[in-house]
Amino acid sequence: MTIKSLAQPRFQQLKTLRALTIGLAIGFAAPAFADNLPEVQRLIKQGQYPQALEKVDVYLNSRPKDAQGRFLKGLIFTEMNKPTEAIAIFTRLSEDYPELPEPYNNLAVLYAQQRQYDKARTALEMAIRTHPSYAIAYENLGDVYAKLASQAYDKALQLDSSNAATQNKLALIRDLITTSGKGNVKPTATVAAAPAPVAAAPAKPAPAPAPSASIVTTTPGAAAQPLAAPTPAPAPQAPKLAESKPTPEAAPAPAPTAKAKTGDDEVLKAVNAWASAWERKDMKAYLGAYAADFKTPRGMSRKDWEAERTKRIAGKGGKISVQIDGPEVALNGDSATVKFRQHYKAPGLSSSASKSMVLVRSGNRWLIKEENAR
Amino acid sequence: MPSRKSLIIGLVLCLAGAPLIYRQFSPADEEVAQHTGLPGQEGGPAQPAGALPATVSDSGPETQLLKIFAEIEANRLGAALQLTEALLRQYPNYRLAHLIKGDLLLARARPIDAFGAASDAPADKVADLRAEALVRLKAYRERPEDNFVPRYLLQMQPDQRFAVVVDTQRSRLYLYENDRANGGRPRFVADYYVTQGKLGADKYVEGDKKTPIGVYHVTANLPRQKLADLYGSGAFPINYPNEWDRQQGRGGSGIWLHGTPSDTFARPPKASDGCVVLTNQDLDAVAKNLQVGLTPVIISPSVEWLSLDDWTKERDELNATIDTWRQDWESRDTERYLKHYSPRFKAGGQDFAAFASQKRQVNAGKEWIKVRTDNLSVFRNPGKDEVVVVTFDQDYRSNNLTNRMKKRQYWQRENGKWKIIYEGSA
Repeated sequence: MTIKSLAQPRFQQLKTLRALTIGLAIGFAAPAFADNLPEVQRLIKQGQYPQALEKVDVYLNSRPKDAQGRFLKGLIFTEMNKPTEAIAIFTRLSEDYPELPEPYNNLAVLYAQQRQYDKARTALEMAIRTHPSYAIAYENLGDVYAKLASQAYDKALQLDSSNAATQNKLALIRDLITTSGKGNVKPTATVAAAPAPVAAAPAKPAPAPAPSASIVTTTPGAAAQPLAAPTPAPAPQAPKLAESKPTPEAAPAPAPTAKAKTGDDEVLKAVNAWASAWERKDMKAYLGAYAADFKTPRGMSRKDWEAERTKRIAGKGGKISVQIDGPEVALNGDSATVKFRQHYKAPGLSSSASKSMVLVRSGNRWLIKEENAR
Repeated sequence: MPSRKSLIIGLVLCLAGAPLIYRQFSPADEEVAQHTGLPGQEGGPAQPAGALPATVSDSGPETQLLKIFAEIEANRLGAALQLTEALLRQYPNYRLAHLIKGDLLLARARPIDAFGAASDAPADKVADLRAEALVRLKAYRERPEDNFVPRYLLQMQPDQRFAVVVDTQRSRLYLYENDRANGGRPRFVADYYVTQGKLGADKYVEGDKKTPIGVYHVTANLPRQKLADLYGSGAFPINYPNEWDRQQGRGGSGIWLHGTPSDTFARPPKASDGCVVLTNQDLDAVAKNLQVGLTPVIISPSVEWLSLDDWTKERDELNATIDTWRQDWESRDTERYLKHYSPRFKAGGQDFAAFASQKRQVNAGKEWIKVRTDNLSVFRNPGKDEVVVVTFDQDYRSNNLTNRMKKRQYWQRENGKWKIIYEGSA
């Protein structure tokens, strides 16, 4: 699974599919087994795949249905460069747990490595259907679309790109995630109980306010995120997938929320107000934080986008927490770019992602013109 | 992300004019119609439902392209992509559809601002595909009305079942049937996208990469097995240069109607060395109706259309003129007969003077002459000179000579009168 960088990238934005999803912290009903999986994860991290496989097989012997164990097994096969076995596992997992996005996502990564971009696309679209906010799947899907576009252009224009762009370029994103509180998954009481292999947990890991869900999150190497300043030291872009495993990074220095350099205060104030409106589910204030010409994701109409946000925010039961971590502001006249790490927690989901926003001055206010997960 | 909007703007700008397709009543439509001599569209949608028979071209990609661009205009890129993929299932080698698909996919990955947004796209190839999209959509929208006919098809001989009319500016081939039940009026059957010469139309010399303009006919049928892949599913040579071309010093040879190589569904609008190229499926459909040695192939830079009334008038006038020529020949009044010939007449190495003196000499020995003109066909030659090509089986009888031949004449209007400027055996 060597990933070469492109000699002459045809699509500069081509990041690449990453076999990112490592966590999948599904609750464990039986504590007796609970510590087997961290052991498996530790072995994976150390690259001891055969041993990891052995352990996970033992674990699965007594719990053949267990999603987490099967997921790790798929991951091990992926690392061992056994895509056929890995695909088989993730495929069955996605059939048994259609609500989980990770198996679809990892299937897509495997298919993309085999240059089966149509299958990768289908899998990612499934991942997004199950979890519309699954940022990694979006990013990967963007890469897959670009690859498919490239293939289509080759056919349209008789280009010979067989030498260029044959391999995906690595761009680290990780994160992990999820699981809905539905299905066969038993909630864990707190995030802390989950076998997060990585320390990069959200700032306040303890009292997960999710009564019905388990979540976790590992933020394996926050690499390729040179923008998020105070976050863990970027792991260099790994040429091998294996190296992109989560590393026990130091937890992100809990940057004092948005307290910033002089001159950027107004911009930061706007960002904090936005986060606060989100937490309060104050849709008027939240939507009002966006400029009239805000670039909606995927070209949605403003109306559709507002409806979607309203549904996701106001329509969500339980408490939402949004924290802005390590913001950096680059001011340029009446425009400002802010990069930060966003820690989001809500019942059923917690995530930690790098984000960048472009704000524009409008009178005495700063409004969000662009918002991108990075 | 502005992807969608950008794509739309890109496509719409680059396909300038294409959006008109969706606006049947826009004034621009009428302008186009007038400028091109097409029947006006003041009545709204051109064809009354059911007025036309189901045609082969309805199964071509135009309807689907139209829907795809309509979806893009409406900002339903997902639907546009689905339609594009369906089109590709039907025509896997369709480069234009691949390009659209590429744009639609890329728009999901990043903003794009042009039709054919591939980062290293060769501009000429993108331009070719854009040109194809434009001519296809335009031609589809401006299909001929049922009660208008190409001016060139004045009279087909009874055994000519079909006629082919090519409009090079529109990159379109129109197939007409000789509707003998309706007095031989041409009836529209279908129209198809075609490729012409790299450098356009009006061929003059060998190697000029142009498609000839004129009245021709199919001279052979070359089956696929005998052809290189370039010619696709078949080829039908035409008789360029014809008598009239030669007289005007036109040269070159090997002008065919033919199909498309296997690596592509269609070729760009201007790509051949002068041949008229159809997609293989279209060539196969047209081929069923071609008669070697008979089927006229009339190539025009811009087809002129006549209402049926005007067409009937023009045809009657010419038929009457030709019949007067015949009667005057039978009258043995040589001067009256010679009045039908232009002073610029030339044929078989004779100029008018030599021809006239020969006729006077021959007619002097005649006691009676009977001339019949059977299987008459009259086709107007495209172009600014008013020339018609008249072909018939001449049955000549006289007291001392009987002769049957297939004769072809070129008549030109001079000072308001039709005069013969060439005649010879066909």
